[in-house]
Amino acid sequence: MSCLQTIADYSLRSLGMGERLLPKSDFTLCQQFTLIGSGMLHNIYFGLLALIAGFFLAVALAVGKNSANPLLRKPAEWTIFVFRGSPLFIQFFFAYFLFLSLKGVAPFFGPLTSAWLGALVVLFLNTAAYSGEIFYGALQSIPKGDLEAADAYGLTGWPRFKRVIWPTMLRLAWPAYTNEAIFLFHATALVYFSGFPAFKQMGDALYYASYFADKTFNPFIPYPILAGYFILLTLIVTGIFGLINKRLNRHLPQNQRQKLRIRPRLIR
Amino acid sequence: MHKYSHPDLAKRPAIFSFCTDPDTLGQFQWLACYLTTGKHMGFYISFGTVLLLLAVTAPTALLFGFGGASAARSTFLPLRWFGKAYIAIVRGVPDIAFFLFFVIALDQGIEWLRHQVKCPDWDQPIRQGNDFVVCAAAKMPLGNAPQWIHEVYGFGLAVVTFAIVFGAFAANVMYGAMRAVPRAQLETAEAYGMTPRQTFWRILVPQMWVYALPGLGNLWMVLIKATPLLFLLGVEDIVYWARELGGAKTARFTDYPHADWRLWYFFVLLLFYLGFTRVSEIYLDRIMKKLTHGQATTGGEAQRKGAAT
Repeated sequence: MSCLQTIADYSLRSLGMGERLLPKSDFTLCQQFTLIGSGMLHNIYFGLLALIAGFFLAVALAVGKNSANPLLRKPAEWTIFVFRGSPLFIQFFFAYFLFLSLKGVAPFFGPLTSAWLGALVVLFLNTAAYSGEIFYGALQSIPKGDLEAADAYGLTGWPRFKRVIWPTMLRLAWPAYTNEAIFLFHATALVYFSGFPAFKQMGDALYYASYFADKTFNPFIPYPILAGYFILLTLIVTGIFGLINKRLNRHLPQNQRQKLRIRPRLIR
Repeated sequence: MHKYSHPDLAKRPAIFSFCTDPDTLGQFQWLACYLTTGKHMGFYISFGTVLLLLAVTAPTALLFGFGGASAARSTFLPLRWFGKAYIAIVRGVPDIAFFLFFVIALDQGIEWLRHQVKCPDWDQPIRQGNDFVVCAAAKMPLGNAPQWIHEVYGFGLAVVTFAIVFGAFAANVMYGAMRAVPRAQLETAEAYGMTPRQTFWRILVPQMWVYALPGLGNLWMVLIKATPLLFLLGVEDIVYWARELGGAKTARFTDYPHADWRLWYFFVLLLFYLGFTRVSEIYLDRIMKKLTHGQATTGGEAQRKGAAT
């Protein structure tokens, strides 16, 4: 079987299209590259949607935690503490069994027990909590002079937030937020190793990599392929976030601009 | 994945004397008996496994980190490349992939080395199609080894894997800390005629810890949250037992039948980790306060001002 044929058969396998059976023997490099790459679609799906949705909740959580009103502050503080203080791995398990028992109560919750929605909800809340803490830290370190200038101009309430606090907060938080984004993409690899089942063997990149490692008993091929894909993804994310960072800092003199320093953490 | 179980735990006699016939018990007594079955003892012991892993891994990872950081700033080029590559590669790839990779890779590496030493006249290839074949004497642990050796070996592999992955992270922190030590300190050491080796051990290393501590504290929190991954490495840890004990049980297999309680078991794990994190946070804050006392850093300055007013 030629490599082009393999790509045609398996490149969309993780979405349930193409060849139904996974290769069983005589594994070729081409098959491993194609299937693991196909699985990356899941990682991108989870990472992208959780990142976009999580951004909005994160801002709400940060503003809530920064608020003087305990009715707003306490729930935000607790959400951030619970999701940052426990392992994502346990959160996945807990959520899966929670959704499973909810499904028993009302069939409406059915979709939550499958990975595409249930795991997405967990990742969304998790990244919102981590980014919320980052944005909160940025809110705390907005220069006093900026706020005094806003006061001097008579800005209050919403215009003050929109024109002074919001842009400065984003600018200060961006390098750390970039790390969080990279880190979130890495975290998506956990989805199919915690409670959530891979329906019809449609899994993410790590799912296929470990499938090959189990079948061939040779970890030295599939895992480096996976690593290559992830390093590529990390470079793309860094590139996009770097462009946004440039735009956020475009008003600053050249030598004051913050450079992105990529320091992803390992695990959550 | 979990090929080893504890037959001895299941046979252990009950702790409370009224537990002989579970059917006759009231709610509270039933629960007391249920929570003290042999299998639950295994569950409680596995919390100890997690703590043991942390206790062994933290210093080992620190050692790896120190080695990595020293290598990354070595004057010998290949060593420097090695140190930097070690730090960079681990940071770019999902940790879980490393865990899955190293456990098989280490196991096969050890068996391959033993094979080369113990069976030099073996003529067949080691990789035969999809199989990894070494001679019987090179198996790790030996096929006839007792149960506990298998468990200790599995745990040891997990510790080394954790240490490699977290060592890279610690190396990153320490590399930064070594660069944060003021240059003037090292120049003074040189001016006093110290050799590079003396400067490193007597001036750089003692001073870098203050700079490394916030990062290392962070790393400790991350390490705590990585411990459930032990489950993926095939060790019978808390996640394994929570899944095992929580699953629905019928009266045929146990004296204590119940529905699917995995939700509650994982809720307990969640609470365990939240509590552990909180306690660590409080202690790290305290250590940091002590270490910054009198230091020429922002934190130390703030402390001084706070005391003065």
